[in-house]
Amino acid sequence: MDVRSQVSMVFHLDKCIGCHTCSIACKNIWTDRKGAEYMWWNNVETKPGTGYPGKWENQDIYKGGWEKDGDSIALKGAGKKKGLLNIFHNPNMPMIDDYYEPFTYKYLDLIESPASDDQPTARPVSLITGKPIDIKMGPNWDDDLSGTPDYARNDPNLEGLTPAEQDAMFQLEKMAFFYLPRICNHCLNPACVAACPSGAIYKRGEDGVVLINQDVCRAWRMCVTACPYKKSYYNWNNGKSEKCILCYPRIEAGFAPACMHSCVGRIRYLGVILYDADQIESAASADESELVDKQLDMLLDPYDPEVIKAAKANGVSDSTINAAQGSPTYKFVKKWGLALPLHAEYRTLPMLFYVPPLLPVMASVTEVSKDQNDNLNPIAKQWTDSWLYDTSTEELWGTIDQARLPLKYMANMFGAGDESKIKGQLQKLMAVRIYRRWKTVGDISEEKVNEVLKDTNLTAELADEIYNLTSLAKFDDRFNVPPAHREQAIEMLEFAGDEKGSTGFGIKEKVQRGL
Amino acid sequence: MSWIQDIISPQTRKWEEFYRNRFQHDRVVRSTHGVNCTGGCSWQIYVKEGIVTWETQQLDYPLLEDSLPPYEPRGCQRGISFSWYLYSPLRIKYPLIRSALIDAYREEKQKTGDSLTAWENLQNNEEKRKQYQQARGKGGFRRVHWDEVLEIMAAANIHTAKKYGPDRVIGFSPIPAMSMLSYAAGARFLQLFGGVNLSFYDWYCDLPTAFPEIWGEQTDVCESADWYNSKMIADMGACLNMTRTPDCHFFAESRHNGTKAVVFSPDFSQVCKYADQWVPLHAGSDGAFWMAVTHVILNEFHHTNTTPYFIDYVKKYTDSPFLIKLEKDGDHYKPGRLLRANELEAHRDIENGDWKFLQIDTSSGELVVPKGTVGSRWDKTQGNWNIKFENIVNDQPYDPLLTLLENKEEVLQTEFTEYGLDKKSLRGVPVRYIETSSGRVPVTTVYDLIMAQYGVGRGLEGDYPADYTDKNAAYTPAWQEIFTGVDSKTVLQFAREWANTANATEGKCMIIIGAGINHWYHSNLMYRAGAMALMMCGCVGKNGGGLNHYVGQEKLAPSDSWGSLAFAKDWQGPSRLQQAPLWHYINTSQYRYDGQFSKYNTVPDNDTTRQHTADQIYKSVRMGNMPFYPQYKQNTLELSKEALENGAKDDEGIKQHVLEKLKSKELEYSVGDPEAQENFPRVWYIWRGNAIMGSMKGHEYCLKHYLGTHSNAIGEDSEDHTQEVNWHEVAPTGKMDLVVDLNFRMDSSALYSDIVLPAASWYEKADLNSTDMHSFIHPLSAAIAPVWESKTDWDIFKELARVTSEVAVKHLAEPQKDIVNLPLSHDTADEISQPEVKDWYKGECEAIPGKTMHKIAVVDRDYTQIYNKFISLGEGIRNNGLGAHGNHYMCEDEYDELIESNHFPVEKQNGKTLPSIKEDVSAANVVLHLSTLTNGKLTHRAYENMEKKSGLKLADLSEGSQDVRINYQDLQAQPRRYNTSPLWSGIMNKGRAYAAYTYNVDKLIPWRTLTGRQHFYLDHEMYLDYGENLPTYKPSPKPEVYGDLKQTLKDGDAKVLNCLTPHGKWHIHSTYMENLRMLTLSRGCEPCWMSETDAAELGIKDNDWVEVYNDHGVYCTRAVVSSRIPKGVCIVYHVPERTTGIPKSQVRGNKRAGGHNSFTRIHLKPNFLSGGYGQFSYHFNYWGPIAPQRDTHVTITKMDKVIF
Repeated sequence: MDVRSQVSMVFHLDKCIGCHTCSIACKNIWTDRKGAEYMWWNNVETKPGTGYPGKWENQDIYKGGWEKDGDSIALKGAGKKKGLLNIFHNPNMPMIDDYYEPFTYKYLDLIESPASDDQPTARPVSLITGKPIDIKMGPNWDDDLSGTPDYARNDPNLEGLTPAEQDAMFQLEKMAFFYLPRICNHCLNPACVAACPSGAIYKRGEDGVVLINQDVCRAWRMCVTACPYKKSYYNWNNGKSEKCILCYPRIEAGFAPACMHSCVGRIRYLGVILYDADQIESAASADESELVDKQLDMLLDPYDPEVIKAAKANGVSDSTINAAQGSPTYKFVKKWGLALPLHAEYRTLPMLFYVPPLLPVMASVTEVSKDQNDNLNPIAKQWTDSWLYDTSTEELWGTIDQARLPLKYMANMFGAGDESKIKGQLQKLMAVRIYRRWKTVGDISEEKVNEVLKDTNLTAELADEIYNLTSLAKFDDRFNVPPAHREQAIEMLEFAGDEKGSTGFGIKEKVQRGL
Repeated sequence: MSWIQDIISPQTRKWEEFYRNRFQHDRVVRSTHGVNCTGGCSWQIYVKEGIVTWETQQLDYPLLEDSLPPYEPRGCQRGISFSWYLYSPLRIKYPLIRSALIDAYREEKQKTGDSLTAWENLQNNEEKRKQYQQARGKGGFRRVHWDEVLEIMAAANIHTAKKYGPDRVIGFSPIPAMSMLSYAAGARFLQLFGGVNLSFYDWYCDLPTAFPEIWGEQTDVCESADWYNSKMIADMGACLNMTRTPDCHFFAESRHNGTKAVVFSPDFSQVCKYADQWVPLHAGSDGAFWMAVTHVILNEFHHTNTTPYFIDYVKKYTDSPFLIKLEKDGDHYKPGRLLRANELEAHRDIENGDWKFLQIDTSSGELVVPKGTVGSRWDKTQGNWNIKFENIVNDQPYDPLLTLLENKEEVLQTEFTEYGLDKKSLRGVPVRYIETSSGRVPVTTVYDLIMAQYGVGRGLEGDYPADYTDKNAAYTPAWQEIFTGVDSKTVLQFAREWANTANATEGKCMIIIGAGINHWYHSNLMYRAGAMALMMCGCVGKNGGGLNHYVGQEKLAPSDSWGSLAFAKDWQGPSRLQQAPLWHYINTSQYRYDGQFSKYNTVPDNDTTRQHTADQIYKSVRMGNMPFYPQYKQNTLELSKEALENGAKDDEGIKQHVLEKLKSKELEYSVGDPEAQENFPRVWYIWRGNAIMGSMKGHEYCLKHYLGTHSNAIGEDSEDHTQEVNWHEVAPTGKMDLVVDLNFRMDSSALYSDIVLPAASWYEKADLNSTDMHSFIHPLSAAIAPVWESKTDWDIFKELARVTSEVAVKHLAEPQKDIVNLPLSHDTADEISQPEVKDWYKGECEAIPGKTMHKIAVVDRDYTQIYNKFISLGEGIRNNGLGAHGNHYMCEDEYDELIESNHFPVEKQNGKTLPSIKEDVSAANVVLHLSTLTNGKLTHRAYENMEKKSGLKLADLSEGSQDVRINYQDLQAQPRRYNTSPLWSGIMNKGRAYAAYTYNVDKLIPWRTLTGRQHFYLDHEMYLDYGENLPTYKPSPKPEVYGDLKQTLKDGDAKVLNCLTPHGKWHIHSTYMENLRMLTLSRGCEPCWMSETDAAELGIKDNDWVEVYNDHGVYCTRAVVSSRIPKGVCIVYHVPERTTGIPKSQVRGNKRAGGHNSFTRIHLKPNFLSGGYGQFSYHFNYWGPIAPQRDTHVTITKMDKVIF
């Protein structure tokens, strides 16, 4: 058992507002500069939809992640083996149009236009060429669409659904959407690290954060291809690749990452998870049907004396073990079994987990009688459609089977195709609601409550725990940031007392261009 | 896995300082955004090397009750983008003026050497005036010095006051609560000057008129934490994700605590993702759904299975036991008016007998005069204004009789109208006969009328629905299917779960409602329909219950102290506060395009409804129901001089002179002849808002008639002319002499103004911010000083006051007497002045100011002293005390402390020492020191006063907060929750979430209505005339009658869509809309959303350029095609700026297209013009017609040619 610590994340999709505050918190601090304008280390997608960059989940196009190679695995696209052959021509990279051409507006024209016979307007111009631009793509282009032939219906996760099922998803009585916020997964088996010809990408020992060394990066862009989540970006201005750094300067100072701090839906959780690094290879190369379970098996009980002992032996500090014990992510992922990795089939062992969303109950539609139209008040507006919409349910809440969006669709995202996992989680979420309804209103019978708790392997105590962390959690409950012990790292180079007096001095210089 | 290595070596990782350096910062300052988003979020503003670099949310909100989720973090995608503006190319860095104006002015100044003469000459030169008016909006800005623009504005001010009167100087600034001192700066200057402040809440159509109608409140709602207390939430017209972004989590989280969530929205809007059930009823048909819900509730939970909790509640807290007279109309009866106490011989001489109403005691069967009606509110004898079950005549307790069903003398067939099918029904109503001064009259209870109106037969004869499937009869579940397109089964499930939940939890069912409903023409009826389902189930005044309307940041928490400072009441008498919707309707000449409202408003046919809205406005002004400034064709400063010359000895004499001149009709009301040039508004100050684009319904008419520049409107005068308002054959263009905009960015209003002044942004000034959404007051703070040459609004108006006073020394030095007309006001004894609608102007009654007509006041003005008064706090506060909402308290001790304590600065002027408000921080501290919300001593005092008025024990509410004193620096340190105060109706002690009317329900304080109870029934004569005395459903008007497309469709057919303009995701009104962050995350523009079906029919594909247009104007944008939009509607989210990426319109002659208000025009509902009658009495932003735009229809075509 090789116990290591990882700062992991849980995003509770049922709570996500789709507001993108997280994206801008990140942009303001990290990518608001030339060459990085188009990078969204944190972005939010509407699902169903094709996302950013367009159709990123379609690995037939982008060749990201790993594939099974006998008993082990190999990079699907740009590995050292395959990649070096294509080192000067990487055929599987998203191009600027797959992201979008960053733009601005000629705002100054409003103030500086001379007097004329019509009103001035600020035209959009490209941030790359400075020339007028016809905007055709953006980092959030299919926001809130929930349909349309061009976007939602090209969602790669529709695979395996019949044409009829797909069509039904976009009819009024079954349509729905939800939001998928995405950052770097800081994977346990990161394809980007494996793909980098320069060895510029590494995983930090103390917290598992995956970083691209800006001194070492030589802009081969193999990481861009290798990352199946398309979370590594090439800075066209300075010729380096960059990616989400999990706000390590903030984590080191005891703050939550900016995207998590700013999450106004309070959907995000962060905490340490201890895992067994010896199991990485077997977990990553498991059969598809076992991928999720094997990944979860790697995550260790932080109260287990054996685990603690092994962690200490590996140099994991007491404060980190303590953080792991108070970790909200461990509870969601392991203790309650409520969160799953996104696209486990990419085999990178992502350390960001998602609680799936509940959705409105499906409706049915019948033809309305129009025989009253002639009787309407002559002033009254008449509607041209003819449907009569029924969304009633037998009980207070509909069942999970009645929820909008087929389970298969969600399973393609979160269960490596396995519907039973996602169904179990949604039932668990409903069980907590039913239990809390009984407790706060009392219009559901105790028998029914006991039955649903039993069916979902919950107890009243567990249901209350889930409810508490889901609804009442305060900032410190949601984010358990382990101490960074920077003094120990510094001491390996110089006397920490000297650093106290000298840190920060220096002249800021831009990084050297990579190419 | 040899390729994955954990690297620990610090040497290899030394480069990590690359990102660490970026994060290092120098300063974090607390501020917020003054943007009318209602968020009121506390932010950390990061400063690095003197530059604001980014912002993140503050996390240090104190916790409320243990059972509630915390407020942190508050803030959304828009707020977090704000720092982009600070150094953006849109930033106004220096004062700007249009070259056509400055050149013409300088030429005159050169000639005369005097600013005022120069301005006068320029205004008298028709050609030059026209020249600079036509240049408006078309480039040509020039940077000028502060001194020169201040000189021009001051000259325009004094010139206007001298020539036409000060009430031609107008100011518009929205929603004070978002940055209350910045608002106060302009308001204080204008009111000291004698100018006019335009209202905003009603103008934006954010005022829910049902709130005054039912509760006598402008708006009062729960803070968002209280959503969490609810167990069933119906969300309608409020997309919480988009518009309540920082609060939305309470909704999401309450579901996990077992709350049922139902969302009503025609499109699958974002909030639908949280719904257990999504009900996509037809746009604007929500009222029909709720009428049917209440039909079921009354039938099953009131009648067949009587629910004791519901019955007790409606008896105690609603008007349902009050007696209504039935009036004979041919062979049947009609619901009439409340039976008055003084109609009975026994109570003929009872004090305020017109304003005391009657109930029946269940046990004795005797008539009772309950306490707590508006009459007892204004009785000389205090102590009876409470809603205990006590007879005011003898203090005896009684039990009100709710229904006459078991005690009837007769059943009378009474007529009820259902407007959707335009169907009249006769239904039996149980009555008792009462001997009154005018004979024996049949009366029934409000409750019985409601039962009949909703079609609950209770075994009575008449045209009652057979059962729920009776689709011809109002208001069955089957009937509502016709309008909503929603199946009866959905109604039944909803109604039963609603009532069951309310019964099990004693009132924890809640409606969250928003602009999606309030912006319909008949919004008040939709709100009333929903409110009925709440009140009938005992869900108002309960934590977790209520009708919670969030549209606009209207809650200025410390309004008791702030109101005095803002409107300069510390120095002088009444203010000129104008109801904006009717003002713009008249002054932008939009009334000319309107015609008879009965063509689109379903009203009974009678003398009142056979009129033009403009004529009704004129009547309401002279009756004192509504204000209108300019007041008279004659200059009010001249009018007082004339009075004195004619022998008036004092102010009373002046008033008498004015009254006589009005009665003889020699003195003309401006509203009676708005197109006469003497009656034009002349100088317009805009600050903190986007008056010309964002809020200007009929924007293109504003460009035409106010500004005199190019417009894309092709609407023509209606053939229905006004009768009383003087009709001119040609409407004037270019009414405004000068338009000044204070702004930090070049928005559409700035682009069309003559002068643009660089204003400090929200990270560059001190101010205060409060909201409905939570119970904290937040500061705005200067993270850095105002950039370039910008100044705070406080300093800009202070400077304008200084220079205006200086010009007055030369041109208007002698003290003036101004005459101010005042409407009859809510929360004063004025609200018991007009029991009947009688027009003195037509000789229907005597003209008595303050009774049958508006009040007339004389205000002394010394134009040389405006600056001195601006910077100091006058002694009026010390002498008269403070208050609001009918509360009052003296505060001389606290005023003196402002002078004596070393903590506050003072001004010494004219031999007196006064508290200083020269600096914004001082003004903030004055507001906080004198408010009952932030000074516990005053809180306690106000409750003691209310104890006297009500005869109730209340002071216990303030015992725990007596030592509370909150100042500006405290707020900067950490958010502070304010005190429970009688100013507001929610009780917040011990961390209890604020919920409206818990004060009324828990403490038996009356609502500020006629009966002192919540109103099901509205007996004002106009409500009877307009058919809105009972809750009802009125259908949306069809496009052919609403008048948007008369010219556009003249030459043939086009596909017509209902254009909805809800609040959007990427902006707050127009702010942030052109922010690069938001444009990048959206489509690079504000698109037009369409259904797949409509787009296909029109040959439009996603991202095509389209023109969205009707008679009023055109908006050019891109289409977004989505299956979440139902056919027949399109959505343009409010508000696009016409400044960013707008092409030229091909349907309007290659001229630059406008924004979403280019295709709107003002329509008003005249019953909101009622006044002098209980809750139907004017107050600024409280009562009057609102300006809806949701019923607007457009046509859409694909653009072949896109030209910028």
